[in-house]
Amino acid sequence: MPDSENPDSGMPPAVSPSAAVPPGSGEPGGALLALEGVTVRFGGRAALDGVDLAVAAHETVCVLGPSGSGKSTLLRVVAGLQPPDTGRVLLAGADQRGVPPHRRGLGLMFQDHQLFPQRDVAGNVDFGLRVRGAGRAERAARVAELLELVGLPGAGRRAVAALSGGEQQRVALARALAPNPRLLMLDEPFGQLDRGLRERLVTELRALFGRLGTTVLAVTHDQGEAFALADRVVVMRDGRIAQTGTPLEVWRRPADEFVARFLGFDNVVAATVTGTAADTPWGRLPVPAGSPEGARRLLVRPAGVRPAEGAGGLRCTVAGRVFRGHHVAVRLRPDAAGAPPLEAEWPLREAPEEGAEVGVRFAPEEIVVLG
Amino acid sequence: MVLARPEVTPEAPAPPDRTAARRPGRARRAAVRAGLMVPPVVFFALFFGRPVAAIVGRGFHDGGSWRPGRLAEVLGRPEIRDVLWFTTWQALASTALTLLLALPGAYVLARFDFPGRRLLRAVVTVPFVLPTVVVGTAFLALVGRGGLLDELWGVRLDTTVWAILLAHVFFNYAVVVRTVGGLWAQLDPRQEEAARVLGATRLGAWRRVTLPALAPAVAAAALMVFLFTYTSFGVVQILGGPAYATLEAEIYRQTAQLLDLSTAAVLTLTQFAAVGAVLAVHAWTVRRRETALRLVDPATTARRPRGAGQWTLLGAVLASIALLLLLPPAVLVARSFGGPEALTFYRALQDAGASGGTFLVPPLQTVWNSLQYALAATAIALLIGGCAAAALSRDAGRLVRGLDALLMLPLGVSAVTVGFGFLITLDEPPLDLRSSWILVPLAQALVGVPFVVRVMLPVLRAVDTRLREAAAVLGASPWRVWREVDLPLVRRAVLVAAGFAFAVSLGEFGATVFIARPDNPTLPVAVARLLGRPGALNYGQAMALSTILMVVCAVALLLLERLRTDRSGEF
Repeated sequence: MPDSENPDSGMPPAVSPSAAVPPGSGEPGGALLALEGVTVRFGGRAALDGVDLAVAAHETVCVLGPSGSGKSTLLRVVAGLQPPDTGRVLLAGADQRGVPPHRRGLGLMFQDHQLFPQRDVAGNVDFGLRVRGAGRAERAARVAELLELVGLPGAGRRAVAALSGGEQQRVALARALAPNPRLLMLDEPFGQLDRGLRERLVTELRALFGRLGTTVLAVTHDQGEAFALADRVVVMRDGRIAQTGTPLEVWRRPADEFVARFLGFDNVVAATVTGTAADTPWGRLPVPAGSPEGARRLLVRPAGVRPAEGAGGLRCTVAGRVFRGHHVAVRLRPDAAGAPPLEAEWPLREAPEEGAEVGVRFAPEEIVVLG
Repeated sequence: MVLARPEVTPEAPAPPDRTAARRPGRARRAAVRAGLMVPPVVFFALFFGRPVAAIVGRGFHDGGSWRPGRLAEVLGRPEIRDVLWFTTWQALASTALTLLLALPGAYVLARFDFPGRRLLRAVVTVPFVLPTVVVGTAFLALVGRGGLLDELWGVRLDTTVWAILLAHVFFNYAVVVRTVGGLWAQLDPRQEEAARVLGATRLGAWRRVTLPALAPAVAAAALMVFLFTYTSFGVVQILGGPAYATLEAEIYRQTAQLLDLSTAAVLTLTQFAAVGAVLAVHAWTVRRRETALRLVDPATTARRPRGAGQWTLLGAVLASIALLLLLPPAVLVARSFGGPEALTFYRALQDAGASGGTFLVPPLQTVWNSLQYALAATAIALLIGGCAAAALSRDAGRLVRGLDALLMLPLGVSAVTVGFGFLITLDEPPLDLRSSWILVPLAQALVGVPFVVRVMLPVLRAVDTRLREAAAVLGASPWRVWREVDLPLVRRAVLVAAGFAFAVSLGEFGATVFIARPDNPTLPVAVARLLGRPGALNYGQAMALSTILMVVCAVALLLLERLRTDRSGEF
């Protein structure tokens, strides 16, 4: 997508930010999308359990969670493909109960794209316009414009079966964007792409959505994608919202042990917090001032586990090391009985050999007392 | 920006009317499904259930009282026992022989890549849609009195059971090639390779990996062949002579010649029970066949034969196809031109008087009659079968799924009974169709519907629900979704279904022989009548008429073969 490097080139009036703002979403403070106490049950199991969520116009919200946490069901409820058992879905303030999917004016990009196999690329992209009765010339212009936008100019006559995974993804995006949806939803948008392409597309999409002023609700299980794409991240667990905040907030202060572990942090132990210190199986650790006190769970980010000078600190044996490029992930087994293993990130030249005896100290700025 | 609450509010108690109020879409879908089921249910009730019930009822109802004892009495008769015994063993023998000859063919056509493979696949399918009367006539020309073998070596098989068995193989070869070969071509060869790498011998890998995967398909094919041969009528009628009669042929004799309705009714019930049992087993194997197999694109699994063994196998299969499937029709065509002049028999078809008062119209006229009937029957079958397939494909429950096996019943229930039932139930207002031309297409559509459902259902079920959802989210109304997503994907299947329905309607014999009016016979009926008369001219005309019928069916099928999708059903 060359466009993303040059945001102003060829930006068509029809998709300028002002044109993309749907009526009714402009009032200050009013959420474009609001879910109120939405519950969906499959059999006895709640896929969504009293979910409240709001998305403001022009905002990109990413729902993050492991598989089975209810992310896709959330999108299906908003799209009208799955009626909620209880609760309401409001779009621009209007209750969507009983409104069928085709009258909601949304865009949804399916996990595996779901391009129409019997139509070519143009036939897929202009589908939403055709069912709305747009004229041939208008459709052709819009298709050309969108294919340009997603970096596939002139691909209109190609068969969808002949497209690569990345190209299909772009066509699916163009198809979802073509009718100017007031809200664009993405279901695991990069799930099937290889890593390099995925990282490039995330960056490109973020730039594109910023330029078009698109309101986006995406779901993914990949924290990297979520953090790169979203203005705001919503972490889900078992159909409930576990935490919400900007990527930075969630990364720096995971709300609980589940969120911390889901983000890949494994140094979580029980702790008794008093003032700026906490008693843990790893010894007495410093904690940031103002942390909640009492019996808590405590997270030490790997970057907060440092080699101690001299013979001080917690004595550990190096149980394993994995080369990660910029750093080495070191797995430490504390000598103290009953202390769980520790994960640490050390620069390559400081990393000790496997089996070595080391002392570690803890940096308070990398320690989080969980809620 | 926003406000999402991390802490979860205690859940409010669910309103009591939740289940009733919450899924308006579900109720509507159920209504649509019910609506779609109405035409098939009405059609089958009026034109299948009622005629069959009436015939069976008459058989057991006598002088104001029911006589269930007749069942035991009829089945106790030695000659009826002979019929039952012959029907069963010839069906078993036909099935075994078909599997023996057609399984190598299925393998070769699935896994070997050679020039003309596509054409050959189409060619072996042609016999399946040929009218049974044509098949019988072709074998008569080959192994009958004055047939090719008789002329060359003085060998006649038409008074032996071999003629029937060979004709049954001819007819059902395609069932095995389609059902087993279709799956075989899609089995991932890497599964066998994985077994080889794990230490299995070539044969061991085949036995432990491929055979278990194929077994349900082989069972399903065997059951279909058994079903078709158990109810065989046209072939037995022409080749069996007085010595051999299947249940269906005996029902015809009891009904049409001896007017013994009560015996016919018992036999109908017996056949019904046997067919029902076979179909139940069939439905079970089909369900097992749907268990997860790794399927791949058939184009990727075929390889050129390698080594003497594989070339020999290919040669043997080609030779058996030539002898079994190509020779009989070829002889039929040759015989049809075998009059004093090449076109004598064809010319005679234009003259009603040439066959000594057999016909009120020139036999050639029956070609047009048959085409018109078959077109009408195809339209009916598409409408009824299309509705049924659409209803069955919509996230149906287990009960509804069972219905699709039920729709196969007309293939197995005595066509003779249906035809005679038409005459005695559709003769009074408001449904007095006895003198209407629509009677014939209605009966023919009965056998066409199962084919339409079989072809359409897998394709409809294969349409990904999320494609429909994608269209709906993009703004397409339900009707628009059907038109834009479903219809284009099933269009080819509709054409294939139409072709099958057309071919089987054209060849339908058992029911049509009862209800076609004397002044408007169909082609198969005319062929049977010509064969029933003495004289070389009648015999030659039967050959000529059969040739015309065969060409019409073959052309229809070969056109379809170009449209065929790999998903379109199992026939």
